[in-house]
Amino acid sequence: MTSALSIRSLNVRLGARDVLRDVSFDLQPGEFVGLLGPNGAGKSTLLKAVMGLIRREGDMSVFGRSLDGLSPSERARELSYLPQEREVNWPVSVRALIDLGRSPHRTGFTGPSTKDRNAVSAAIAAMDLEELQERSALELSGGERARVLIARALAQETPLLLTDEPAAGLDPAHQISLMSTFHGLAREGRTVLASLHELTLAGQWCDRVILIADGSIVAEGGPDAVLTPANLATVYGVRAQISVNSDGLSVVPTGLI
Amino acid sequence: MRVGVSYPLLLAGLGLLTAILFVGSLVTGPAGIAFFESLEALLTGRSGAASIVMQEIRLPRAILGVLIGASLGLSGAALQGYLRNPLAEPGLLGISASASLGAVLAIYTGLSAAFALALPLMALSGAFSAVLLVRLLAGGSAQAITLILAGVAVTSFAGAMTSLVLNLSPNPFAALEIVFWMLGSLKDRSMTHVWLALPFILVGWTMLFQVGRALDALTLGEAAAATLGFRLERVQALVVLGTAASVGAATSVAGAIGFIGLVVPHILRPFVGARPGRLLPASALGGAAVLLAADIAVRVIAPERDLKLGVLTALVGAPFFLWLIF
Repeated sequence: MTSALSIRSLNVRLGARDVLRDVSFDLQPGEFVGLLGPNGAGKSTLLKAVMGLIRREGDMSVFGRSLDGLSPSERARELSYLPQEREVNWPVSVRALIDLGRSPHRTGFTGPSTKDRNAVSAAIAAMDLEELQERSALELSGGERARVLIARALAQETPLLLTDEPAAGLDPAHQISLMSTFHGLAREGRTVLASLHELTLAGQWCDRVILIADGSIVAEGGPDAVLTPANLATVYGVRAQISVNSDGLSVVPTGLI
Repeated sequence: MRVGVSYPLLLAGLGLLTAILFVGSLVTGPAGIAFFESLEALLTGRSGAASIVMQEIRLPRAILGVLIGASLGLSGAALQGYLRNPLAEPGLLGISASASLGAVLAIYTGLSAAFALALPLMALSGAFSAVLLVRLLAGGSAQAITLILAGVAVTSFAGAMTSLVLNLSPNPFAALEIVFWMLGSLKDRSMTHVWLALPFILVGWTMLFQVGRALDALTLGEAAAATLGFRLERVQALVVLGTAASVGAATSVAGAIGFIGLVVPHILRPFVGARPGRLLPASALGGAAVLLAADIAVRVIAPERDLKLGVLTALVGAPFFLWLIF
């Protein structure tokens, strides 16, 4: 089976610093993968490198096609990206903002098609934003804005979705519904890569996790195989209570080492 | 703040307003020609002196009013959208200041007295040198802040050079001519000015109107816009060159006219749901309407004193802008 995303020997230098060193991994279609690691480990850099936002070395391909061979708009129909910075500049309506996710599917000056409208409505429903859709995007709370921007990425309807700390700032209910949305997308055959700091969310919802530290992959595999006391101690420097329940793995950091 | 007006209705309304003001501009002037007589003189060309006044003085003035006002409104909206900053205006990139410098040099060296088109041509070269310099200083990077800083540097340098020319001007009359030119006016322009500015202005508009959807995407920031498939280097080039061509040509025939490019997009933003792409045509029409209205006003308020257009737009624009903010 062709990988949805294949990364080989990815290296990124920012200034004099090697931010990513020889990173290689594959994502399969239908996988929801968590990207874990402490602050500064290189998670955001990794996502930006895949999106072509920074200079990098190494080979990357989506469904067997080299990323370098894709035009920006072709890339935008394969990959959607949610930056960590939740930037919104003008007081546009929530619906208009989410509609921007349809940009790569439009040409010229044509208005939204039925497909565009349906994609936007589905994204609004998935992120529980029906009540907010006519509001100005600048008047929302931090968590609401985060959900609007996630909905924008969902509306892009790409086979691959890369999100940078999508759960940060969301209340517990919306964190769970976000994870459930990603899980649902994966069951439909789409591929989701999300950087996360919420270890329990990763433990309960991700099919697989990739743990990175200092720009290299430390461990990769099922949550129970990666989120071990030894790995958490070396990578995060924390002790944690790890328990397995019916929902999956629960990881509660309890102290520093 | 958002105002519920349908977008086609808004454009139609602004278009109608511009058309009415265009006719208003045609029938306003010191020659005291009656309304229908003036339009007849314009269209038939058989009314002797009245036809000459209409076709050679008032028509180019009204046409330039539309072209220049629309260029200022459009480029102001494009720059605000591209830089994601409501304080951006066409003068920000140093284009107006450098065009003025070119014109001032033409007056100072006496070239403009030797042949009339020297002034607009040198102003145009000033505008394009500014763009080259800004692009050189900002590099190929699409970073908005670098562009602003480069623009500020070019603006202050061109301003300093203009001051130097004023400082060295041989006599008070030359200095006065320079100062008056810089205040901005559409008085005594001919169809030659229209034909000179028109190609640059049309090229500029064509470039600026292409970036609408990219500006919409930039609402989400540069990273998100890039991953939505927009080439930001291309967008920057279109915005900068489009502004240079249209505003450079506008400044070269009319002098520096401030505040329209800043205030018009600001006024109209709530009417288009703050969407930068939709603001482009609205702001172009709005700019044309405001400039025509201002140019009618200078002729009505002080027909005998030659009140300068740039003075009026700044005089009315500044307090109005304050009122908008508070």
